[in-house]
Amino acid sequence: MTQPATAAQKEAPTPAAKSAGDKESSRRPGLRWDIRTLSLLGVLAVLVAVGGITAPDEFLATNNLQLVLTQASVIGVVTVGMTFVITSGGIDLSVGAIVALASVWATTVATQEFGFAGILFTAVIVGVGCGLVNGVLIAYGRMVPFIATLAMLASARGLALQITDGSTQIVTVESVLDLGARDAYILGIPPLVLIFAAVTVIGWLLLNRTTFGRRTVAVGGNAEAARLAGIDVRRQRLYLYLLSGLCCGIAAFMLIVLAGSGQNTNGNLYELDAIAAAIIGGTLLSGGRGTVVGSVLGVLVFTTITNIFALNNLETAVQQIAKGAIIVAAVLVQRRSLHGGDA
Amino acid sequence: MASPPPLLTMSGITKSFPGVRALDGVDLEVQAGEVHCLLGQNGAGKSTLIKVLAGAHQPDGGEITWRGEPVSLGSPIAAMRLGIATIYQELDLIEGLSVAENVFLGHEPTSAGFVVRGSAARTATAELLKRLGHSEIDPARLVGDLSAAQQQIVSMARALSHEVRLIVMDEPSAALDPEEVDNLFRIVGDLTADGVAVIYISHRLEEIRRIGDRVTVLKEGRSVAGGLPAKSTPTHEVVALMTGRNVEYVFPERPKVEFAAGREPVLKVEGLTRRGEFAPVDLELRPGEIVGLAGLVGSGRSEILETIYGARKPDGGRVLVDGTPLRPGSVRAAVRAGIGLAPEERKAQGLLMLESVSSNVSVSTLSRFARAGWIDRRAERAAAHQAVRELSLRPDNPDAAIRTLSGGNQQKAVLARWLLRGCKVLLLDEPTRGVDIGARAELYAVIRRLADEGLAVLLVSSEVPEVLGLADRVLVLREGSVVHTADARELDEHRVLDLVMEGSPTP
Repeated sequence: MTQPATAAQKEAPTPAAKSAGDKESSRRPGLRWDIRTLSLLGVLAVLVAVGGITAPDEFLATNNLQLVLTQASVIGVVTVGMTFVITSGGIDLSVGAIVALASVWATTVATQEFGFAGILFTAVIVGVGCGLVNGVLIAYGRMVPFIATLAMLASARGLALQITDGSTQIVTVESVLDLGARDAYILGIPPLVLIFAAVTVIGWLLLNRTTFGRRTVAVGGNAEAARLAGIDVRRQRLYLYLLSGLCCGIAAFMLIVLAGSGQNTNGNLYELDAIAAAIIGGTLLSGGRGTVVGSVLGVLVFTTITNIFALNNLETAVQQIAKGAIIVAAVLVQRRSLHGGDA
Repeated sequence: MASPPPLLTMSGITKSFPGVRALDGVDLEVQAGEVHCLLGQNGAGKSTLIKVLAGAHQPDGGEITWRGEPVSLGSPIAAMRLGIATIYQELDLIEGLSVAENVFLGHEPTSAGFVVRGSAARTATAELLKRLGHSEIDPARLVGDLSAAQQQIVSMARALSHEVRLIVMDEPSAALDPEEVDNLFRIVGDLTADGVAVIYISHRLEEIRRIGDRVTVLKEGRSVAGGLPAKSTPTHEVVALMTGRNVEYVFPERPKVEFAAGREPVLKVEGLTRRGEFAPVDLELRPGEIVGLAGLVGSGRSEILETIYGARKPDGGRVLVDGTPLRPGSVRAAVRAGIGLAPEERKAQGLLMLESVSSNVSVSTLSRFARAGWIDRRAERAAAHQAVRELSLRPDNPDAAIRTLSGGNQQKAVLARWLLRGCKVLLLDEPTRGVDIGARAELYAVIRRLADEGLAVLLVSSEVPEVLGLADRVLVLREGSVVHTADARELDEHRVLDLVMEGSPTP
């Protein structure tokens, strides 16, 4: 009577663990070119076509494409950090303000005396420091991420204004300015784009190939289950806001290079752009699923739209309406693919 | 004596949560290689006990020894390091991760300490799944795409992925088909043959007889019997241990004249069903009548109530009020027809915790006090006050903040809401949860009075004596099916427990 082997098991293919390895890896969540990623690529292709048709000479020029990528780089780095935070079920509203604070702190006269390294080091340390405050408040002070980072948004902006007194701090360090020059290339690529590419690759590996990434998804998917699985959920949350702060510090440095100055108005509304890019990329706002590739595609889509609108002399107002429409459309598509159309 | 110390002993374990003493002195002794069954009614403390064992809850008092050494299980990691793995009843998997990622969550095979060796995890997972007889589950699939039974297997693979000496299984068979239960028992047999101990929690006595070695019975947070032989202890003895009660509730008398008899039913449920939750149910409810649904957690009690209320959409069947069928799956239709629900999670589903008693009572009837959207607050308050008075809610002040009230009075506020609306059918889901013993009798009296005034009441409770004491008729549920219907006076607690646990009526 007790017959453990059921019919289903007999029919089931025996697992060939060795040969299955490569076949399975193509289906791993991180690598999957799922419909969402493909549709974003499709949107991007359509945008490029639109750009090529409406402004054939300007849009496809190497200069312009470089500009698009460079513009995408700064917000792109911030978005990679944001993707991790959102995947864990959190939110970081303070990214724009941290970028501003880090950029002005790193360009004070005193900091610039230490040259290139001084500017880079200060930008990164200020970013990480703000992330540390966010992380401690959220993980150990049990504050809601929305509130804690909202407070950081206000205070970091305030501090940035205090430091600059509203004036633009011009960078005089030659080596920094050289990186942002129009003809600056490393391996044939503009340096900022190279940084963005590096952050993207590292971010992807971190999310898809490390215990850190696994734990991030677990905390966002079901924090209690993660705790019961032996994960230190609080420490993980702390690390995530540190990571977001680190990304902001890097982005601040990139902005300094790009603008040749530090301003307290830098990074204005970056939080909204980064959240929007992550969401249309396919990261769940409620946590538990995140994709670095999707986020980067989201950033590229937004930057390309801005560029096309600018080339066609359309107003900012129209741009913003278009962005809003894209966010709504992307989220509706996501819901359909998640719930098989019945949501 | 040369015999080795027991694998695990717990003695005098206590644990309190705000307002509840969940564990009040539990002793448990488990030997290596045995299947030790844990029995007890809902709320007896089983879940809290296994959380203590898993390091997820810290006990307030008592001692735990592991292989003769005193230990403290300070965190889930500490418990896992000792070799204690827990398979929870509430599936605790992460849907957005793959099977292999879930199995090795928290102890991934890595190189350089942080790079996950994904293929190693998948290979090891495939091995574990094969050992569990489920090699058809692909380690790379997302857990969210698996069936409940397959997820159960993944939970088990996760437990086995550790070096285990003790596995705790909380109702592992609840989500499984009969043939998969056989497979589960084979696995349990393999484990114990290797010297691993299993703590097995189940409501199904026949399972305990099949695979259990010894039984510990919990009642109201205490262990009332330990180490009983699982195969030979008579059922009535086990049931008696589970039920014997220290506190007697006072139930109101049933009306002498059968008010309900001969009346047309106000609520009729015909063949109502939801796949995977409950089989077709028929029931009739007359004005003045209290009908109880008895059954264990997961037997479909609450689901039936919520489907009648329209909060869940039925797969088949219909609900009629006064002979008119309701639009299925519509709460608005149900409320408009005169059905009211006092939900199980009072604070989460029933009350606006930051508001006053008055606005909680009037929330379903606001339009009555409003003119062009402006609320006549005096009329609202007066009506709420009257409803509150009728139910003798204390304090007798409609402006009191609802969160300052006791559980029983909060429940009365929920009842007052439906009273004010003038509903005909009241659905009560665990009306006395979180209500202290003294206040219960009063709540019972209120419910009975509402019925006497012509209301039809459908009551769900996991406390069998409550259903038997309050209801006129009782439907006994087991795993989504009505297994018995009877006049409440013809049933007793033992009989009902036999029915819900064994499924077949004892002579």
